[in-house]
Amino acid sequence: MWIWLHRLGSPPYFYRFAGRLLPWLWTACLVCLGVGLYWGLVVAPPDYQQGDSYRIMFIHVPSAWLSLFSYVLMASFSAAALIWRVKVAEVLARSIAPLGASFTFIALVSGSLWGKPMWGTWWVWDARLTSELILLFLYLGFIALASAFDDPRRAARAAGLLAVVGVVNVPIIHFSVQWWNTLHQGPTVSKLGSPSIAFSMLLPLLVMVIALHLYLLAALLQKARCELVARERSSRWVNDLLPGRGVGDELA
Amino acid sequence: MTRRRKRLVLIGLLMAGVAAAAMLALTAFQQNLLYFFSPSQVAAGEAPPDYPFRLGGLVVAQSVKRVSGSLDVRFQVTDGNRSIPVTYTGVLPDLFREGQGVVAHGQLDADGVFRADQVLAKHDEEYMPPEVKKALQVSDNDANPSRSSGGEP
Repeated sequence: MWIWLHRLGSPPYFYRFAGRLLPWLWTACLVCLGVGLYWGLVVAPPDYQQGDSYRIMFIHVPSAWLSLFSYVLMASFSAAALIWRVKVAEVLARSIAPLGASFTFIALVSGSLWGKPMWGTWWVWDARLTSELILLFLYLGFIALASAFDDPRRAARAAGLLAVVGVVNVPIIHFSVQWWNTLHQGPTVSKLGSPSIAFSMLLPLLVMVIALHLYLLAALLQKARCELVARERSSRWVNDLLPGRGVGDELA
Repeated sequence: MTRRRKRLVLIGLLMAGVAAAAMLALTAFQQNLLYFFSPSQVAAGEAPPDYPFRLGGLVVAQSVKRVSGSLDVRFQVTDGNRSIPVTYTGVLPDLFREGQGVVAHGQLDADGVFRADQVLAKHDEEYMPPEVKKALQVSDNDANPSRSSGGEP
């Protein structure tokens, strides 16, 4: 395991490994996304109180989970980059930031669209909504900081520190609905014991969750590959990728 | 200690420090982070007496009274222990029903009536198809027939 991780830290190996994985990931992601969306938006029964409006949760809930998961990943990559100075980890952290920011943005906007008819307001400053908004600012801050330096390694160090410090926000978001009174409802699926959601609604939700995880992974690897090549453009292994100068078939 | 080891420890310490600081800050602001007060807290005098605040709880079944010809509504909000009368003028959100959660923003008057200027519906975390709900209600009514009101149609 450690040896494999160590090999994955080498840019050419990572580049080839990700390249082989990508077609599979994209296929699986598209299949899950199609099945999940059709199942959730068309097949699943309407809710007893909200009617069809609840269907926004098939977008909202996976995006919100993914926004937290992406942040934990980004902070872990950053910590690995800070401690062991792994170049691939720096690239991964830099590549996941816009993805996580998009998930956060989608979660905030879809929640707001649902909140207007259901709660009666677009936005309230309760603990859950506010901490999720702070998460968006953390992502944006990371992106801004990572782009503020000419030297990519210094940029990764400065932004990585922000990512690692900001990780305190993740448990706050997750537990906010339990620690404080919030307008946002409590957890449904992760509740200990039986989740308080009908099975016919839970299954498409889980498919959507899997689909978005696959999307995150695929988009991350794709972006990291490009970023890695751009960053290592003067190194030998990148030059070897060019057609006519060695193993040209790798350039997909 | 190697340099990597040192960095590992440094980052660990940094995280611990930030976590501790965040915890202290959150405990200090515990009150301010409460989005609403429950009727029991209001009855215990924890809510600010002369300032607007938010009151959260369930709408008591069969307590909603509408004044005909106007948008005035009166209802009771309870948390199971205490209930507080609320008056409101305006349009209520879709999910406002008897037995459902609400969060109202407003001020207590001298008679202990909460004058709301905004009422939001608080959705619970239950999701189910209508048939399941109906089946649940039937079994619930068999158990205690007094709670047979199914809310508004």
